[in-house]
Amino acid sequence: MPASAERYLEVQRSEEFAQLRHRLRRYIFPTTVAFIVWYSLYVLLSAYARDFMAIKVVGNINVALIFGVLQFVSTFFIAWHYSRYAATKLDPLADEIYNELENGPSAEPAATATDGGKA
Amino acid sequence: MAPQILAAEAAASSRSLTITLFLVFVAITLGITIWASRQTKTATDFYAGGRQFSGFQNGMAIGGDYMSAASFLGIAGLIALYGYDGFLYSIGFLVAWLVALLLVAEFLRNSGRFTMADVLAFRMRQRPVRTAASVSTIVVSIFYLIAQMVGAGALVSLLLGIKPGATFLGMDGDTAKVATIILVGALMITYVTVGGMKGTTYVQIVKAFMLMGGALIMVLLVLAHYKFNLSALLGDAAEQSGKGSAFLEPGLRYGVETAGDAAKTFYSKMDLLSLGLALVLGTAGLPHILTRFYTVPTSRIARKSVLWAIAIIGTFYLFTLALGFGAAALVGGANITAQDKAGNTAAPQLAQQLGIDYLGGDTGGAIMLAVIAAVAFATILAVVAGLTLASSSSLAHDFYASVIKRGNASERDEVRVARISALLIGAVAIALSIFAQSLNVAFLVALAFAVAASANLPAILYSLFWRRFNTSGALWSIYGGLISAVVLVFFSPVVSGSATAMFPDQDWHFFPLSNPGIISIPLGFFFGWLGTVLSKETDPEKYAELEVRSVTGHGAH
Repeated sequence: MPASAERYLEVQRSEEFAQLRHRLRRYIFPTTVAFIVWYSLYVLLSAYARDFMAIKVVGNINVALIFGVLQFVSTFFIAWHYSRYAATKLDPLADEIYNELENGPSAEPAATATDGGKA
Repeated sequence: MAPQILAAEAAASSRSLTITLFLVFVAITLGITIWASRQTKTATDFYAGGRQFSGFQNGMAIGGDYMSAASFLGIAGLIALYGYDGFLYSIGFLVAWLVALLLVAEFLRNSGRFTMADVLAFRMRQRPVRTAASVSTIVVSIFYLIAQMVGAGALVSLLLGIKPGATFLGMDGDTAKVATIILVGALMITYVTVGGMKGTTYVQIVKAFMLMGGALIMVLLVLAHYKFNLSALLGDAAEQSGKGSAFLEPGLRYGVETAGDAAKTFYSKMDLLSLGLALVLGTAGLPHILTRFYTVPTSRIARKSVLWAIAIIGTFYLFTLALGFGAAALVGGANITAQDKAGNTAAPQLAQQLGIDYLGGDTGGAIMLAVIAAVAFATILAVVAGLTLASSSSLAHDFYASVIKRGNASERDEVRVARISALLIGAVAIALSIFAQSLNVAFLVALAFAVAASANLPAILYSLFWRRFNTSGALWSIYGGLISAVVLVFFSPVVSGSATAMFPDQDWHFFPLSNPGIISIPLGFFFGWLGTVLSKETDPEKYAELEVRSVTGHGAH
C-alpha cells in the first residue's frame, strides 16, 4: 500500500536509504560507463585499427573475432556479477526499508517523527 | 554445389510443407490466444498478462519479442555476404541488454503499471508528458512494424519460391506480397485484440523455442560438417567468399575505406560508430521491450527475466556466427545473392543445403527449408504482435484514459479502447506497409533504435535518477530527440540521393550519415537538460516517492 508523501520524503532522507542509494549507484553507474567504454573501444578498433584486428591468433581465428566474443563474455559476466551483488548488497537493505514502510518504523534510531507508516 | 533454392520438384513439396507447418503454428497460437482471452478479464490481464509470468517465461518472451527477422535472417545474411561485419550488429544488440538490466528494468517494474509513460509521467504534469510518450511510442513501433511487415512480404515470395512472372494460388509475386502483409497484419491484430498480453506472451515463448531449436539444429550440423573445428569453418567461408582473410575482418560492410576519398571514408566510419551507439542505447528505450517487464510479479523477477533474456539472446547471436559463416561456406555468396541481393535468404538456403547433405537428399533439403521458413514466419508474427500491443496500450492507457478522459476512464472502457487501438494501429501499419513495399525501408529498424535511444532513454534515465527533472525537461527530451533523429534521417542518404535510398531518383540529402544516433542521442540528453533548467517546476515530494518506490518496490502494482 502506498505511504504518505511525508513518509516517502522521510525515508528518502533516512540514513538507511542513503546507504542503499549509495550502494546501488556506486555499482550501476560506473559499471555502465565501463561496459560502454569497453564496447566503444571495440567499435573504434573495428573502424580504425584494422591491422590489429586482422592479426591471426589461432588458425583462422583473429583478434577481431576474439574481441567480439570477449564482448559476449563480458556481458555474461557483468549480468552474473550484478545479480550476485544485488542479491547480497541491495535486496536485503531494500527489504528492510520496504518492511518499515509497510509496518511503520521499528526501533530505528534514524527515524524520527512519523505518521505511523500507513497512508 | 549448392542448389538454387526451390529449383526442382522438391520445390512444390517444400512449399506445401512450409505452408502446412506455418498453418500448424498459426492454429496452435490461435488456440493459445483464445484460451488466453478467457483468462483476460481486468486491465492488468490485458496490458500485463496478469503479472503472473515467471522469470524464465518472461526471459523467453523477451527473446521472442526481440529476436526479429532482422536478427535471424538479416544478421545471418550480412555475415554470409560481408563476413565479420554482420557480427557487429549481434554484439550491439546483446551488450544493449546491460543498459536494460542495470538502469531500467527493475525501476520501471517497481514504479510503473502498464506503459513507459507511467514512469515518465510519475512526477510530472500527466497530460503533456503522456501525450509525448504516446507519440514517441507509436512512432517507434510503427517504423519497426513497417520494416517487419515489408520484410515479411518480400520473404514470402522468396521462401515460397514465387519468381517474377510465376503464380501461386493464382496470385503473381506482387499480389502474394500484398496478401502476405495483410495476412500477417490480420494475425497480429487477432493475437493482440483477442489474447492481450497473455496471448501475445505465449506466442513469443513458442516462437522463441522454435527459433532456438531450429537454429541449434543448423548450428550443430554446420559444426559437425567441420568436425567442430571453428577455424576450418572460418577458413572455408573466407575461401568460398573469394575475399580471403578480409572476409574475417571488419570493414567490408561498415566503415568502408574508399581509397582517395578521405571524406567518404571518414563518414563511413562515423556511420559505424553512430550505428553502434544507437544499437546499444536503443534497446532499453523500445516500448515493446519495456512493457514486457510489467508481466512479472516483482522487480526481482524482472531482473531474473533479463538475465534469462541475456542468456538466450547471447546464445542466439553466437549461433548466427555459425549460421552466417556456414552459409558463406556451404551455400556461397553467389548463390545467396542470386536469390536475394540483401542476403535475407542465406539462413533458409543453408537449411536446405544441410538437409540435402545430412538428412537424405532433396526431400531432407525440402523438409529443412520448410521448417526454417516456418520459423521465420513465426518470428515475424511474434515481433509484430509485441509492437502492436505496446503501441495500442500506450494509445489507450496514456492518450485515451489520461489525456482525453483525464484519468476518469473505467478499466473496462480502457481495455475496450486498447482493443480498438490495436485494430486501428494494425490497419495503419498494413496500409503503410503496402504503400512502402516497393521502397527500400530496411533502414527503419535502425531508425526505430535511434529514436528509442534519442527520445525515450534520456527521458527514462532523467526521470529515475535526476531529482531536478521536470515536465518541461521530459517534453524537450522526448520531442527533441524524436525530431532530431527523424529529421536527420529524412535528410540522409537512406531517404534520398543514393542508389539504395528509399527514393533513389530524388536528392534532397545534406546529412552525410545513414544513422543519426551519434548526433541525435547527445541532442536528446542535451534537450532534456536544457528543458529542465528552463523551467522552475520541481516536485521533491513526488521524486522522493518515485525514488523510494523504484528502488524498494514499495507500493508496486
